[in-house]
Parts: sequence; structure tokens; C-alpha cells
Amino acid sequence: MGKKSKRTEKLNLPLTIEPAESSDRLEVRRTAKLYIGGAFPRSESGRSREVQLAKGGVANIAGGSRKDLREAVRVARIAAEPWAARTAMVRGQILYRVAELMEGRAAQFRDDLINHGASKSDAAAEVSAAIDRMVWYAGWPDKLSAVLGGTNPVASSHFVFTLPEPTGVIASIAPEASPLLGLVSRLGGILAGGNVAIVLASESAPLPAVTLAETLAVSDVPAGVVNIITARRAELLPHLVRHADIDGYDLWGCPDELLVEAEQGAAEHVARVARRPHGVKDRADAFDGERGERIDGITAFLEMKTVWHPIGS
Amino acid sequence: MPSDQTPKGAAPRRTPARAASVATPAPAAIVAPASSGLAGNSPWAYAPAPESREIVTIRQRYGLFIDGKERAPSGGEVTITYNPATEEPLAEIAKGTPADADRAIEAADRAYRKVWSKLHPRERAKYLYRISRILQERSREFAVTETMDSGKPIRESRDVDVPLAAAHFWYYAGWADKLQYAVPGRRPEAHGVVGQVIPWNFPLLMLAWKIAPALAAGNTVVLKPASTTPLTALLFADVCRQAELPDGVVNIVTGPGSTGMSIVTDPRVAKVAFTGSTSVGVTIAKGIAGQGKGLTLELGGKAANIVFEDAALDQAVEGVVNGIFFNQGEVCCAGSRLLVQESIAEEFLARLRDRMSMLRIGDPMDKNTDIGAINSKAQMESIGELVASGVAEGAQIWQPACDLPTRGWFFRPTLFTNVAQSHRIAREEIFGPVLATITFRTVAEAIEKANNTAYGLSAGIWTEKGSRILQVASALKAGVVWANTFNRFDPTAPFGGYKESGYGREGGMQGLHAYLRSS
Repeated sequence: MGKKSKRTEKLNLPLTIEPAESSDRLEVRRTAKLYIGGAFPRSESGRSREVQLAKGGVANIAGGSRKDLREAVRVARIAAEPWAARTAMVRGQILYRVAELMEGRAAQFRDDLINHGASKSDAAAEVSAAIDRMVWYAGWPDKLSAVLGGTNPVASSHFVFTLPEPTGVIASIAPEASPLLGLVSRLGGILAGGNVAIVLASESAPLPAVTLAETLAVSDVPAGVVNIITARRAELLPHLVRHADIDGYDLWGCPDELLVEAEQGAAEHVARVARRPHGVKDRADAFDGERGERIDGITAFLEMKTVWHPIGS
Repeated sequence: MPSDQTPKGAAPRRTPARAASVATPAPAAIVAPASSGLAGNSPWAYAPAPESREIVTIRQRYGLFIDGKERAPSGGEVTITYNPATEEPLAEIAKGTPADADRAIEAADRAYRKVWSKLHPRERAKYLYRISRILQERSREFAVTETMDSGKPIRESRDVDVPLAAAHFWYYAGWADKLQYAVPGRRPEAHGVVGQVIPWNFPLLMLAWKIAPALAAGNTVVLKPASTTPLTALLFADVCRQAELPDGVVNIVTGPGSTGMSIVTDPRVAKVAFTGSTSVGVTIAKGIAGQGKGLTLELGGKAANIVFEDAALDQAVEGVVNGIFFNQGEVCCAGSRLLVQESIAEEFLARLRDRMSMLRIGDPMDKNTDIGAINSKAQMESIGELVASGVAEGAQIWQPACDLPTRGWFFRPTLFTNVAQSHRIAREEIFGPVLATITFRTVAEAIEKANNTAYGLSAGIWTEKGSRILQVASALKAGVVWANTFNRFDPTAPFGGYKESGYGREGGMQGLHAYLRSS
């Protein structure tokens, strides 16, 4: 808020109407809610917390609970099969459409980052990179089977091929220090592989995730395919990792001190786990450039299916 | 492995004497029939055709294979490995301790840093080719040893286990100097030391699935074979010596599960691979949580073998028999649930019972034996307990009339009908020659029932309709789908599970990925 509206000036409005930037106009604040099943509920717990904004003032951020999480898993499970069944080309186009809409909301994403303490230039660079990252992922769905799968020249009279398929419902502990680019870099991989996601947003900088939710809600991403929860991570994580209807965990943003518990919980139901590569820190620049363009984020949540059939009459 | 193309010529279509179905069996569920269609004076009886064990010299005692040398276990203790077909002790096996595991890891770590990682990949490839060649040269010795130690029929160890093990080394040898093509656009690197724990059902083959890709990718290995089947792994140590593989590149530590745990949890072990039960897999995954290790798990299964009404019935019968009775059903990808379309169920089950009546159960060293011995007494008891639960829960049991040897651990092939999806025999991995039959009416119902399991390792589809194969194959949550065939394996074809059957693949380019990290 507080930006000059150039549009008002261009419209040549009568002088009797106050310009929008007038200091006595009250800002219409946004309520930052959860994003579950395509809707924007408050937390069932009724909790919210204040996040101090760099430009002054506070934002109230929904404090997601264990029940919110369970609801997100429920709707994600319903969304999983139809999303995986879309053709690869359509999934790619839907991701590209997300990039288009992010471009339209670039100003708000920048504001969010600035409100979380980023400089103007850093914010602008992160938003541009995040949009480009989504475009990068948009190109992947219809290439994965060619790059990762293939036909297998077995030593018997059979035709045998191997194809990647999505794992299912994936929970992502989004990167903490790269609240937009990191979020998009991890989420993009999950979606490009045909999975659905439940995202625990950056705790210290949740606003870009809230704006992304609002972007996704008007995109062509079906309801339930992405669910974004703002919460205290240490509170939700033990329940998240033990939810037996979650098939995989992206623990990229999991704090080191919670990693053992998180992986143990995932192990109990043989869930797939992706984590930060050895030696990589949860830093703001961890997803810059080619460092962020990694297929690992996709392949962690793919299952390779091998199909055999005899050749003969 | 029986052919999926035609019914075996040796098996006549009709049995001379149809076995009676069993109404109220004893809890142990073993029915001892008066006579067998294959035994004694039957015109179908075969004379014994035992494979000679002359080629094999089993020593009285085996040590650990660490840093290229045989070593006595630090605790001085031994365990005994038995021949499951005779219950006779075969050899004393070193009971490796955590201290032995530590020594092996140290050797592997040193070999990785000083030798193996500095070797030109081309040279690594040549070592693997050598190993493959030696396995081929000594294949009969390996087959006989495997059958004596595990109880599996010589026909299978000779025609499946050993040739496939050699083929795996051959296949991955060629990858060693072509890794950049396996991970396009990235720089692949080895992990370092990998810790591997393998099961008793395919002792040598599982060793090959583990060691071949690990070495090709440039890692060194500490491997723990199963307690009941260590002999071929120890014979493989001799192959490593013959191949002049540098000391410490492959280390074999026999011992109990706790020794395996101390291998996989050691901080110097960068990557862990396990094949075995889901419960042990979970324990391992929890044990290494937060350590940043790579992990692949190949766990249990409860595969559905789906027979549609338009299937070629005799082929499907062969495939179902192969699917569940191959290796006595002690196969993680065994087709242990028969899903048969209601319209053909009666006819199909009649043919299946006929075919089961022709199975030859007995001496694994006999070349005509179809079903050998169960691997251990503990496994016999586990199978018996689950079969008893099937009877207690109301499923109908049928077993063919056949003579079982008086010594050794043998379990009669068992067919259950009237099975509900909630029965334990339909949900739990039995790991024995026990087939649970469930019927269905529509394609959608077949898919629903096939996927109604916590596991997802493999599945079978029998139909003559190509489009249905592709539809059902894509809807099944299973890592390997065999259409009009079953239990096929090849080094070029990835193998591994969905859901609680584990993660990661073995075989093919995909099997290499687990042993590489890319920067």
C-alpha cells in the first residue's frame, strides 16, 4: 500500500474527487488466510498471529492448526487422481498460466518481500526469478517420461518400458529464507511431476505464500491441488510427518533441529523424503540461477513403473 | 522360471487323481493325502534326477571378508547355516559384531579414498566385467551352493538366480565409464561407502543387484548377507579375490540384524540399500533419520495377479502358478492374490487345481523339482500361522495331494478361495506358496481391489485385449506390472515398489541413480 496510482492521473478525473494517495484514505487491508481446497478459510482454531512489516504496521497471519492440516490432506487426496490424470501438456500449460498470473501480481509480490525486509532491488530480482522458475517447470511435464523413462532392452522376448508416475500427496516444508523463489522452486517440482501439495509456508516471511495462494485461486490449478498453510512449523511438523495419507515430504525448509523427528515420522509410513542437499544452507540465495533449476525437486516424488509384455503370437 | 508362452510340456493337462478339497483342516492346515498323482506307481512319476554336489566344497567354517582377507569375528562366535531340505548343518558362519562392521567400514572408506575413487572409470568397468565372467565360469558351483543353502530348486538357481546375477554385473560394468550419460546435464559423483543389507530369498541375485551398480558408480561396499543364506556371498568373496579386485572395495560381514544396523547407521556410510521386510525397512529408515544418507528400500509386497475373462486361460494358469510358486512363493513380488473375473472363476480354478496337482515338491537338488524347501524353520512356522488364520477367518483351503519329503522344511502349495479382502491372507505378505483368490466383476472393481493394499511392488494382468492392458497397467499402483507374463527380471529393467513396498529402483539406468549424487 502507499504506492502512487498512475491510473487515477491518466483518467483525468474531476478535481472534486480526492486522489487515491490522499493520506486520509483508509487502506483496505488484506486478511491473510489459509488456502485449502481452493477456498480461503481462517484457521479452525481461530488463531492468528502478528507479523511486523518493514514499512510499519502489522499483518495478521492465520495460525494453521492440526485440524487445518488434516482438512488439507483430505482435499489434496481427492484432488490427486484427477490432477495426475490430466495430460502432461495440459499440466504444463496450467503451470505456465500460473507464471502469467504471477507476472500480473509482481507488484504485490515485491511489496510482500519488501515488507519482510528485502531491499527493492532484491525483491524485484526474486519476483522475476520466481516467475521464470515457474516457466521453467511449465516445460517439464511433457518431457519427464522421455528423460527419465524409456524402453528396456531385456534379454528375453518381451517389450518392456519404464515410465515415471506421480507419487501422490506431497507435503512441502517450504524454504524459510527464500520465501517466494524458494517456495516456487520446490512447489513447481511437486506440481510438474503431477503430484498435489500441502505447503507449510515460510514462518518468518509468509506473505509471498499468501499472495501465491491468491494467485493460484484464480489460475487454472484445480482446487485442492495446492494447499498453503501458514503456521508455527515446530507445532505442526510432528503431526504432518506422521499423517499416513501423505505420500512424500519435501523437507527442504525443515529446520535442522527438527530433521530427525521429521524423517522418523516419514519413515513410519514409508513416505518418500527429499531434503536439502548436503552442505546447502537454507539461505536467501539458495535458489538463484541454475542452482535452483534442479530436476531433483521433481524426481524425488516420482515412481518409476515398469511394464512387461511378451512379444509373440 | 516356467515359460509364459506355453504350458510346460512336462505337465499333462489332466491329473489322474483329482485331489479332494479340504473342508475342515487342522489348524496347521497341512493335509497329508494318502497318495500323490505323481508318486509311486503313477504313469506320470519321474525318476529322480539329482544334480551332483561334487562341484562344491563347503568348508567347515567361514570367516568375514574384510579388506580383501578372511578374518575371524572379533567376538569369536559362530552361527550355523543349515540345508533347509535336509535340516543338516552346512557350515559355521562368523557372527560379525559391531566391531567387525567398524573394521569393514574403515577398510571400505580407505579403499574408496585411496584406490577406487582414483581409478579410471574404464578400469572399474573391467573389474566388473571380470566378476561377471567368473560368475559365468563358476555358475554351476554357485547354483549348487545356492540351492543347498537356500532350499530353492536347482532349476531356478541354475536358470534364474546365477545367470541373472552375472548379467547384472555385465550390465552395470558398461555404465562405469558412462555415468555422465545416466545423469544428463549434471556431474555425477559416487557417495563413498555404501552399506547394504540383503535377504535370504535370492541371496546371490540380491548381492548382485546391490554390489554391481554400487561399484559401477564408484562406491565401495560393506554388505551383510542374510543369516540363513550366507554361503554364496562368501563364495562371491572368492570371486573378488580371483578378479583381483582391490582390497576393501567389497567387504562382506555376516551376522545378525544388529550388525546390519551398526553398518547402516555408521556416519562413514553415505548411502544405504536394504531389501527385506517392511518392518525392518522402517527400522532402518528411522535409525538413519537426519543423517543425510541416501536410502533405497525394497520391501514387502502383496501383488494382485488379475485374470480377465478373455485371458488365454492355460497361459494364465501357468503365469499364476509361476507367480506364486516360483521360489516357494518366497518372493517379495510374488503374485499372492489371484483376482479372477467371476464369469470364469469356476473354470479357471478347476484348471489351476489340476495344474497345482502336477507340481513336483521335494528335493531342491532334483532337476525336476518345481517347489523346493522353505528357507528356515521360522519361515515354515510363519507360513503355517498365516495359513491357519486363513482357515480360521473362513476362507476355503485346498491343497493338492502330493508326497512331501519326511525331512526338511516343505510346505504344500496352498490355494484359498472365498477370501475376503479383510482376511489376513489377503493383506499380509505370507512369503510362502500360498495363493488367496478373490473374484471381481468389472475392470474398475479389479483395479480397486488390486490397489487395496498397503504394498505396491508388482502386479499381473492377463487379458488378450491390448487397450485393457494399458488401461489397467496405468491404474495399478505398482512398480512392476507384468502383462501376460509374471516374475520376469532383467538387469536393464528397473524393479522396485510404490507405497509401503519401498522406494528407489534396482536395475536399469534408474537403478544407477541411487548410487550417484549429482552436483
